[in-house]
Amino acid sequence: MSAVTSPITAPVTTEEKVEHHYLNHSSGFLSWALTLDHKRIGMMYLAGILFAFFLGGVFALAIRFHLWNPNKDPDLALFTNQTYNRIFTLHGAIMVFLFIIPSVPAALGNFLLPIMLGTKDVAFPRLNLSSFYLWVIGFIFFSFTLATSGIDTGWTFYTPYSIETTSSVTPATFGVFILGFSSIFTGLNFIVTINTMRPPGMTWFRMPLFLWAVYATSIIQVLATPVLGITVLLLAMERLIGIGIFDPALNGDPVTFQHFFWFYSHPAVYIMILPAMGIISELMSVHSHKGIFGYRMIAYSSIAIALFGFLVWGHHMFTAGMSDITTIVFSALTFTVSIPSAIKVFNWVGTMYQGTVAINTPMVYALSFLFLFTIGGLTGLFLGALSVDMHLHDTYFVVAHFHYVMMGGTLVAFVGGLFHWWPKMTGKMFNDAAGILSGVIVFIGFNLTFLPQFVLGTRGMPRRYASYVEEFQELHRLSTIGAATLGVGLLVAGIVLLHSLFYGKKAPKNPWGGATLEWECSSPPPHDNFSSPPSVGDPYDFSKIEYDGKSGGYVKK
Amino acid sequence: MTTEAAVHTDNHDHGHHDHPAWLAHHFDDAQQQFDAGKFGMWMFLVTEVLFFSGMFCAYVLFRNRNPEVFEYCSSFLNTKLGAINTGVLLFSSLTMAWAVRAAQLKQHTLLVGMLGATLGCAAVFLGVKAVEYTHKWELGLLPGKLYVAQVENAVHADHHYLRNVLIVPLIYTVIGLLYYLYSIVISSRLHRQIAGPVFVSGVCFFAGVLLGQYLESGDHGDHAAHASHSTSHGDEAGHDGAASSHSGTDVATANAATPPLTLVSDSSRLLNPDVFVSPVEQEIPRSDVNNQGMAGLFFSIYYCMTGVHAVHIIGGMVVIIWLIVKAARHEFHSQYFGPVDNVGLYWHLVDFIWIYLFPLLYLIT
Amino acid sequence: MNMSILADIQEGFWFPKAASSFADRVDFLYFAILWICVIFFVPIVAAMIYFTYKYRQRPGYRGSTEALHNNTIEVTWTVVPTLIVVWIFWEGAAGYLEMSRVPDDTLDINVYAQKWNWSFKYKENGGESNILYVPVNQNIKLIMQSKDVLHSFFVPAFRAKRDVVPGRYTYMWFRPTVEGVYDLFCTEYCGDSHSNMITKVHVVSEEKYKAQLAEMVKEPEDIIERGKWFYQRKACMSCHYAGEIGAKGPGPNYNGSWGKPVKLSDGTEVIFDEQYVLNSIRNPGSQKRAGYENASAMPAYSKSDLKDEQVDAIIAFIQSLKDAKP
Repeated sequence: MSAVTSPITAPVTTEEKVEHHYLNHSSGFLSWALTLDHKRIGMMYLAGILFAFFLGGVFALAIRFHLWNPNKDPDLALFTNQTYNRIFTLHGAIMVFLFIIPSVPAALGNFLLPIMLGTKDVAFPRLNLSSFYLWVIGFIFFSFTLATSGIDTGWTFYTPYSIETTSSVTPATFGVFILGFSSIFTGLNFIVTINTMRPPGMTWFRMPLFLWAVYATSIIQVLATPVLGITVLLLAMERLIGIGIFDPALNGDPVTFQHFFWFYSHPAVYIMILPAMGIISELMSVHSHKGIFGYRMIAYSSIAIALFGFLVWGHHMFTAGMSDITTIVFSALTFTVSIPSAIKVFNWVGTMYQGTVAINTPMVYALSFLFLFTIGGLTGLFLGALSVDMHLHDTYFVVAHFHYVMMGGTLVAFVGGLFHWWPKMTGKMFNDAAGILSGVIVFIGFNLTFLPQFVLGTRGMPRRYASYVEEFQELHRLSTIGAATLGVGLLVAGIVLLHSLFYGKKAPKNPWGGATLEWECSSPPPHDNFSSPPSVGDPYDFSKIEYDGKSGGYVKK
Repeated sequence: MTTEAAVHTDNHDHGHHDHPAWLAHHFDDAQQQFDAGKFGMWMFLVTEVLFFSGMFCAYVLFRNRNPEVFEYCSSFLNTKLGAINTGVLLFSSLTMAWAVRAAQLKQHTLLVGMLGATLGCAAVFLGVKAVEYTHKWELGLLPGKLYVAQVENAVHADHHYLRNVLIVPLIYTVIGLLYYLYSIVISSRLHRQIAGPVFVSGVCFFAGVLLGQYLESGDHGDHAAHASHSTSHGDEAGHDGAASSHSGTDVATANAATPPLTLVSDSSRLLNPDVFVSPVEQEIPRSDVNNQGMAGLFFSIYYCMTGVHAVHIIGGMVVIIWLIVKAARHEFHSQYFGPVDNVGLYWHLVDFIWIYLFPLLYLIT
Repeated sequence: MNMSILADIQEGFWFPKAASSFADRVDFLYFAILWICVIFFVPIVAAMIYFTYKYRQRPGYRGSTEALHNNTIEVTWTVVPTLIVVWIFWEGAAGYLEMSRVPDDTLDINVYAQKWNWSFKYKENGGESNILYVPVNQNIKLIMQSKDVLHSFFVPAFRAKRDVVPGRYTYMWFRPTVEGVYDLFCTEYCGDSHSNMITKVHVVSEEKYKAQLAEMVKEPEDIIERGKWFYQRKACMSCHYAGEIGAKGPGPNYNGSWGKPVKLSDGTEVIFDEQYVLNSIRNPGSQKRAGYENASAMPAYSKSDLKDEQVDAIIAFIQSLKDAKP
């Protein structure tokens, strides 16, 4: 397809020959469906999880609009209680299992990890593709649940309610089981790739912090997810043949289920937030054009968070009647996680000091991450303090807290990262002003949604309520307005990205001035990433990177 | 693991000029591919261990709570069969390790033989397990709420569980036999080397079943002695039932008829909830609590642990058959034996887990 | 510790009225953490905004590119937060121990949680109620059990919460310090009408409490009234609408059903009569109504849960609603 300038086709003014990259390397449905290329798999994941996010978002809006009124009279409510319960369960389950957990590692991580590391692919490309298909099968199981009688247990599947409810819990547990394996395989692949496939010169401490974060995440995925697997398998057996391990009616113990469940699901929180922290480390340094403050501290704190994360699951059960000593130990351990998180926040702010801070879409998202994640982290102190948690447990305070971390943290970082690497992934630049606008709307909408929920929770509004006491109405309405604003902001972001696909300018090799290896490939990258092994330098050395007016991007001097 | 640095010249005629067919394009050299594969396998084994650890935790929790239930129920597990299965698995680990060595040394026929032996051992294990399971089902020793302790409900001799379970292995064996005959007809070494182990493993399964049948029937006296031994109020009826003679020809009926009597005697204990509820636990006595719940719990844990383990054995068998196909095609050599090595690691782990399961479940008393 | 005077805090922006002996300690720690958060949050955000402005990318300006690293600062911002969280932990754990260690001189009340109803039984005279009555300034101990799934007992005004776990007893205690009526919520998700599993706590004086107890054990004479009385106390009203009270669903409503044919899920039809009501109470799965296959199952009431003569009273009550509008 090189530009043959025959007299007839002369008006086509493509002077340079058409570049070969992974998107036009081969074509046809099967070239995508059976691809072993990590970049294509990453893009398929991206499409999939964005669809899941859209579904989860629709459910979220449904929840908020239902709560516009106190619904004391069920006849006047938007949904019946039963429908409401199914909506919030699916919102949680879809967001957690289908969106947030695979979001950064499976979509961005798959695309970026080998390129950032300087290799041709992940260690096991077939396993990588099968992870994606496992994700699809998990999605199908959830869709099946949705199409039949829904599921109304909350995403936590607490027994004995999940044993006796008539909704489709069993297909959902199989879905979670399969998604778990998808997650394990992705994590395993990444660990092996980072451990055994680093090219010469890529030492551990020359790895970009995003890779450190993904590495820490992968460790959790590999170590925690199997326990979730066996837990949901036992739950499925519980429903199918009544094995009784979690069923008090058969002398089983529901609190054991909670221990099993949170042994995975608390580390899962770090599966969600750690890669987001990795993204922010990249964004802060690249857009400040300045080396990251305290590289090693950030790298070590990722690993520290991953390890501490395994010891704190009990803080989800402070009111469940564990012994005093267990409760207090879990509380103490919980506070240990707060320190590495705090260190990261300080380091990110320190990175901007004396730098050259560009205000563009990724940076706006990164700054709103800092704001929102700090709130999310600090409100964790309330919940870790035992006596205060006795009051706040299972109220809207908890809801607000984890949305600040999961959504204000992970989602905002994910969208920021998506904008940051979008030119690399698609080869197209987006409209920066519109991108910044979306970031601002998301920021305002987010705070409007969840700040009132802190007050609601402190005033005693329990979570998972389809109707509520009238005194909470104003705060709930504020929250609903915020949710609508947030929806608009995300819609704008989506439109900006879609628009760029069709009308965007061609992206230069290095639009932001990054120093990591992915900016040394063309945009989009060629099929094999690097024709010859790249020369690996300091990932945060910006001193030789200069803006080049001709290409509209940065070049290494 | 040292591998020769030289690239094999006899094995690459397509792909990149310095990449033989067995070396994936994204790896630099054989060493890197081997390391990645092996490290990946180790990570996978870690997830497997954690997968089982959930059930081990459940075991510890419930045993800690009701040690006497575990002791009592454990006496219904046939120690001899468990011990034989342990031996079979240990032996299969040996043959598997030998297979790895054969792969490295390019001893193709020996490799197929060793993999076949491993496959056969796995089949014997499953055969014995099938007898153990079906025998318990006939007695009503089922998991959780399906557990039946009353004698009139307990005898399910007319259910022919074992016969039904044997259908699938029978189909497998017949297919193996037909395949083997076919390979002889077309006189293909490749097909014969694949079909042989498949057929033999089918036969091994039935050998395992026969062995299990024989030992299960010959174990009654022992069995009841165990049962009454473990209870403080041992009942004479237990010995009566156990002492009943069994003729060699009528194994199946003797099987089904005698042990329930020992059950009756002891089920009175099961029906009394006080014995099982330790005062510390402060369980609420509830009208709708199934009094057999505790014994059912033991069997739930037993079936979950051994069942998931058996699924792993079956998975291992599938992978070993895949290896046999590759081995029959002479694909392995000193540069490329990663698959055999990794399946070997997996197989040792499955073996290893059984070594924990056996004492924890069978040897409590 | 003269908490009772301190506790009389007016309802504020953040908290509902503080009405128990440990409310002040909780509120104190809450506000302490809140201020600590503000002290951390404001400088972080201020620095962020200031740096964004001061070092913004602009023509003619080029900042440093060198990565900074400063041990003194890094150690400081590790150690200081550590010390602060150690204090928060300490104070939180101490407050928690106060809540979990039940004192010796308590008034014991049994709590039965059931989908979706709270029921309280008083040791003094065996009285039962759906609203919790407690005397002011006395240590109250709750002995809680669940008949079905997990529930959680939460009174925001007391800052107290404890899960109610089926298969075991859980305990909690508190000392109400201010008379009044407070919300009592279930905070562990328990199915369809989880959000209707709310009731009130009446903190009353000693005399009023005694009077309430005496009132509780008086069953109405009239059989229909007595039926209604049981309807309210035996958790029927949390799923079945009757007259103008009770929850609209998930169960069928009582109004205007008596004597009419009822379609069952297996396709057959029965008449809504005494036998049908008795069956539905004793063995609810046996005659499930068409259209309610996916509704949460009604629990079976054995003879010890609901005596035959009590069922008779409920039947009379339903019968009395024969002509009521559904």
